[in-house]
Amino acid sequence: MSNKEIWVIAEYENEGIKKSTWETISAARKLANHFGTKSAAVILGNGIKGIVEELSKELDLIYFIEHPLLAKYDSNTYVKCLHQLIKDKNPVIIIASATFRGKDYIPRLSARLNCGFISDCVGFEIKEGIFLKRYVYGGRLMATLKFEESKPWIITIRPRCFEYKRSGNVKGEVLHIKPALEQQDIMVTIQESLKETGKRPDLSESNVIVSGGRGMKGAANFKLLEELSDVLGGAVGASRAVVDAGWLPHSFQIGQTGRVVSPTLYIACGISGAPQHLAGMSTSKCIVAINKDPNAPIFKIADYGIVDDLFKVVPVLIEEIKRAKT
Amino acid sequence: MKIIVCIKEVPDTAIGLKIRDDSHEIETENIPWIMNPYDEYAIEEAQRLKEKFGGDIAAITVGNERVETVLRSCIALGADRAIRIKDDSLKKKDSLITSKILAEVIRNIEYDVILCGKESVDYGYAQTGQMIAEFLQIPCVSAIKKLEVSPSTKDAMCHREIEGGLEVVKCSLPAVFTAQKGLNVPRYASLSGIMKAKKMKIEILEIDTLGFNPSDLKPKIRVTNLSYPPKRQEGRIIEGTLPDTAKELVRNLKEARVI
Ligand SMILES: Cc1cc2nc3c(=O)[nH]c(=O)nc-3n(C[C@H](O)[C@H](O)[C@H](O)COP(=O)(O)OP(=O)(O)OC[C@H]3O[C@@H](n4cnc5c(N)ncnc54)[C@H](O)[C@@H]3O)c2cc1C
Ligand SMILES: Nc1ncnc2c1ncn2[C@@H]1O[C@H](COP(=O)(O)O)[C@@H](O)[C@H]1O
Repeated sequence: MSNKEIWVIAEYENEGIKKSTWETISAARKLANHFGTKSAAVILGNGIKGIVEELSKELDLIYFIEHPLLAKYDSNTYVKCLHQLIKDKNPVIIIASATFRGKDYIPRLSARLNCGFISDCVGFEIKEGIFLKRYVYGGRLMATLKFEESKPWIITIRPRCFEYKRSGNVKGEVLHIKPALEQQDIMVTIQESLKETGKRPDLSESNVIVSGGRGMKGAANFKLLEELSDVLGGAVGASRAVVDAGWLPHSFQIGQTGRVVSPTLYIACGISGAPQHLAGMSTSKCIVAINKDPNAPIFKIADYGIVDDLFKVVPVLIEEIKRAKT
Repeated sequence: MKIIVCIKEVPDTAIGLKIRDDSHEIETENIPWIMNPYDEYAIEEAQRLKEKFGGDIAAITVGNERVETVLRSCIALGADRAIRIKDDSLKKKDSLITSKILAEVIRNIEYDVILCGKESVDYGYAQTGQMIAEFLQIPCVSAIKKLEVSPSTKDAMCHREIEGGLEVVKCSLPAVFTAQKGLNVPRYASLSGIMKAKKMKIEILEIDTLGFNPSDLKPKIRVTNLSYPPKRQEGRIIEGTLPDTAKELVRNLKEARVI
């Protein structure tokens, strides 16, 4: 490979660059080291100087595409700007996060470029080429994929599958790009953002997830799990049985037809461990299961299990964690 | 209202899947095939739009003869046309090729709304709907949980899922929407629907007639291997009674540096 660049497309929110973007940067670095090329980031927006600065402390080169019409996300305007820049600079690999946003516009970008795109990767191996790993068939199998020759290659990676370390001591160069955008380029306008208000982190970025199943017996009992997740600074999740019963909205569901998560610690309370549930959480680093049935399949994949009534275990566990933290 | 639904057939992942000896694909003999679960939400939403505004539904799929079963179930669920774009090769197509083919066929049909599933549960690429929209140069809203179409103003309002919440978005029609779970609750086919499905003719199209260059349909990615994911080590049950079990658990979690 020549000295062409490997790009990351950065994602951010009000608080700054998203964790998942730092992870893509570490993936890009690995590839860049191997191929002896440079890595760079692209960021799109308007009036986000502070966020761009944060990025420039980590990478040598930042392309900052700035325009008032980029103040709000729209897939078509993003694709238009990125397509132009890619045509100008010819990067060899483009990496983005498989977040909701990444999943929305990256397919469109790859169609406009007519180039290869492998989505939702969880890892890669470098041998005679890059071999990307992703789950298929609802998490039951793992596929290895390869790009055919044409470039650029586009990869999205699943959040929390790559480690990242921020150095924060680079003084990156920021290249300002002023795209030609018009109002008509916006195809989908965001009217309103309805964030679930609360202090808990989002499922896909949380280090800790405390998840409840049918064993929780009712919506009101989830208070208990909220309390446990709060002492751990985590998020609350659920099995499909809980969502189907209407105890929590679908956005809490973890599994094949819900969110796929990979936290450092996953605590399953009153969840039997059906294959479709495991498909959404079996890549968690450490799994704890609390279930009164010693034969529940969840124990087959849990690192630690307690066979007991969760309504007795969880309150004691909360107290023990509080004690351990002081 | 002219509605198009893109439907895919997938293996039922509720059963154990076996990898073929060459480790490139799964064994496809004697396994159950179903409509991609997300496409069930798409066809249900199509029915609701048709009930509300009138019009018709065309169900389209790229696949071999076997997939006609799934197309027939779309007819039973209210589709007025069922189109199979013939693809007898057993080779997997990537989403880019599939969406090029679908867009080319859709181009020649009238449409206001195109509905797809959010992703197919076999390969889970989650790309096809967005790519169809790009080839047709129309908007796409992905992973929607609510759709309100207004034929008079020719636009649509949707809820789409984002990390930690929802976004309310608006776009003009025609547009592509990809269905997320929560959009609706799919119904079962009616008896009259099932009868209709038995009789109706499925339209068959040849890819060759769509005017592609061979290079347009060359895959850009390739599966080199399929494997069973690494098994997690079975852990240990912490024996004993409360509060000792909870204490022991916390000690272990601290030692493993996860809390
Ligand atoms: C196509 C398809 C897709 C699916 N997608 C998903 C998905 O994305 N996510 C998902 O989760 N499921 C999914 N499912 C459903 C899945 O098959 C299971 O039905 C579901 O996960 C079961 O949820 P559960 O473990 O909460 O309930 P159950 O299986 O009923 O388990 C409840 C558990 O709680 C325990 N329990 C009860 N009381 C207590 C107590 N007091 N203390 C301790 N333990 C107690 C019981 O011993 C039992 O093990 C899908 C199914 C299909 C067919
Ligand atoms: N072969 C196909 N024929 C018709 N529609 C398809 C096909 N493949 C994918 N789709 C549609 O695109 C959606 C997303 O698929 P995918 O990009 O493969 O995850 C599916 O839910 C279908 O609605």
